[in-house]
Amino acid sequence: MLKFIKHNLEGIDGVEIYPIISLLLFFLVFITMIVFVFKLPKRRIDEVSQLPLDNDNNIKQLKHE
Amino acid sequence: MEKEQFYYDNKIVKMFLWATILWGVVGMLVGLLVALLFVFPGLLEFAGADNAISWLSFGRLRPLHTNAVIFAFVGNGIFLGVYYSTQRLLKARMFNDVLSRIHFWGWQAIIVAAAITLPLGLTSSKEYAELEWPIDIAVVLIWVVFGINLIGTILKRRQRHIYVAIWFYIATLVTIAVLYIFNNLEMPVTAFKSYSVYSGVQDALVQWWYGHNAVAFFLTTPILGLMYYFVPKVANRPVYSYRLSIIHFWTLIFLYIWAGPHHLLYTALPEWAQNLGTVFSIMLIFPSWGGMINGLLTLRGAWDKVRENPVLKFFVVAITGYGMATFEGPMLSFKNLNAIGHYTDWIVGHVHIGALAWNGFMIAGIVYWLAEKLWKTELYSRKLANTHFWLGTLGILFYAIPLYVAGFTQAFMWKQFNPDGTLVYGNFLETVTQVLPMYAMRAIGGTLYLTGFILLAINVIKTAKAGSAVEDELAEAAALKKISGKRVAGEGFHTWLERKTVLFTILTTVAILIGGLVEIVPLILVKSNIPTIESVKPYTPLELEGRDIYIREGCNNCHSQMIRPFRSEVERYGEYSKAGEFVYDFPFLWGSRRTGPDVHRIGGKYNDNWHFNHMLDPRSTSPGSIMPRYSWLIKNDLNASDVEKKMEGLVGLGVPYSEEEIAGAKQQLLAQAKQIEENLRQDPEFVKNYGSSNMQNKEIVALIAYLQRLGTDIKAGQTALK
Repeated sequence: MLKFIKHNLEGIDGVEIYPIISLLLFFLVFITMIVFVFKLPKRRIDEVSQLPLDNDNNIKQLKHE
Repeated sequence: MEKEQFYYDNKIVKMFLWATILWGVVGMLVGLLVALLFVFPGLLEFAGADNAISWLSFGRLRPLHTNAVIFAFVGNGIFLGVYYSTQRLLKARMFNDVLSRIHFWGWQAIIVAAAITLPLGLTSSKEYAELEWPIDIAVVLIWVVFGINLIGTILKRRQRHIYVAIWFYIATLVTIAVLYIFNNLEMPVTAFKSYSVYSGVQDALVQWWYGHNAVAFFLTTPILGLMYYFVPKVANRPVYSYRLSIIHFWTLIFLYIWAGPHHLLYTALPEWAQNLGTVFSIMLIFPSWGGMINGLLTLRGAWDKVRENPVLKFFVVAITGYGMATFEGPMLSFKNLNAIGHYTDWIVGHVHIGALAWNGFMIAGIVYWLAEKLWKTELYSRKLANTHFWLGTLGILFYAIPLYVAGFTQAFMWKQFNPDGTLVYGNFLETVTQVLPMYAMRAIGGTLYLTGFILLAINVIKTAKAGSAVEDELAEAAALKKISGKRVAGEGFHTWLERKTVLFTILTTVAILIGGLVEIVPLILVKSNIPTIESVKPYTPLELEGRDIYIREGCNNCHSQMIRPFRSEVERYGEYSKAGEFVYDFPFLWGSRRTGPDVHRIGGKYNDNWHFNHMLDPRSTSPGSIMPRYSWLIKNDLNASDVEKKMEGLVGLGVPYSEEEIAGAKQQLLAQAKQIEENLRQDPEFVKNYGSSNMQNKEIVALIAYLQRLGTDIKAGQTALK
């Protein structure tokens, strides 16, 4: 089964470069992510981090049955 | 804006809660049982020593324990937390009630199927992926149901922003799907027998890419999601740093997937793959500890609550356990420490810090907290919960510390040399009997932990009786306003990404696929990674059947087939293992723990009679051995009716059996079996006791054939690599 996949992959010219591209991609995405995270506005961060807490406070809970 | 009224589905949460408790008790009980088998190997021989019960032997029960704890106990625990928190975080009922029910009952049916098939010896032998192919398909189907239900809920949410907990759930969803499918690609040969499509080194790499990431994406990411929801919720304060949680998420899912090869250091795996695993494992400590710190610091200024609230106590020990286990992981990935830890009880101690502290305590905390919420009442007994906490904590220490001691003791005994260059402990058994007291203490630790968990069960049952269940809980929230799919003014990239569920899911998938591709694609492609050895030939029909018995009995749970290139191992076992020797091993059977010695070069080491007597009563050939008796192997007739089918299946995977070989398989099998019986008859004792029992037709003959073949291909001739 594997040999069918293998055969197709071997047919690609310059397939050896794929791992290197992946590694570069990884670092690129990583750095970009860090930059975006630090650029996030403080107000929004506070707002989102309140999400688990606001259920009980803001929403009326009724017993149903 | 007008608010909509809707109901949270609490019933499904409750169903998963009961399942968590039930399977928790079952899984831990089986764990205790297998722990006791180390100390009392004959414990389960109810029908007498000569009538050992196959389905109660260690090799079959150990996978039952690991699968029950991972997929039944922690699995249901995850779903319990996910179904509760997802609805609240998204302000929506689960997407579809029918899907929720199918998910629940389907998952329980899979667990029951596993609990029946594993003791019957129906196993693929790959750790934590032992289930045979029909059950694998069921797992995938039920996982898809869960996926549709989760993504569907996200799409119909009333809360624009998706909280970090949900991202961890999404990562779990997609990664487990990818891992599970790729690791379980099998060629079915009968209704309950299949061969892995990968062999040898490739199979090992795929298996540990899975094995490592099953720990990552089944036992870690979903529990982290639960941590990010329940810790702030119970402590009633927001998470310490939401920024850190975003970094935690992306780095963790990016790095984890690369680290699998650290399970295969010093094996026949190519060097570059081993090094890749080490580097990424060490990097992994940063996101892991970032997450731990984020969890613990959420409790800053709330430590007074920790003193009073048992739920927070459980969380604190759980998160600390997470920190310990994720410190140990990278340490064990250093090659010099791995050389000590690998194949020893250190690893068993390490995983139990993760399972007992991180998973078990996190789930216990959530269960106690939810019991009050679901039944709208106070917990039956806070005191009992505190007792559980202390019993559990003591249990963890009594479990892990003796195993660390045992691991180091045994590793050093394996490596100790006399001045004349011989091994001090040339008999492997000496290194086992030395650590038996540690095994006894481990069983005590397990008992304490299980006792604590039973207290939880009692406490929750009493709480449920006292309270009144609210099956559908009314809530209200405004519907989401439609906004542009593009980024709106002032909206950050990640903010925008968070509301694009599908795109987010795809990016997560890409993130985890990159690491997998880098590791696995080159190994599949580059021929030079697995040097071929000319003298390595496919197994004979009888050996093939013997190998399947080896798999059925779970021998690989205690015996490795991978001699590392150390002086101490070459001295003890023989020539170290080469990658090229395993090309016809579908699946690979390298094992991960040496409760008994390595068997890769066992072929020809002892005569057939030794193996016969050893299987019948290990204590007769090796006094003090803790191996189970396999008396059924000399009673059961060998069922070789599918041998042609098996060989044809393997031809499909690339094993060069000719058509004549397949056509003459049964004859060849019989001839080899006859030869082995003849060998056995050399011993007058055998003739006296079993002379009339036509041993050539019994399973034991196939197993002996396989064991005598092991590792002999390169002994026979050219070790030179082509």
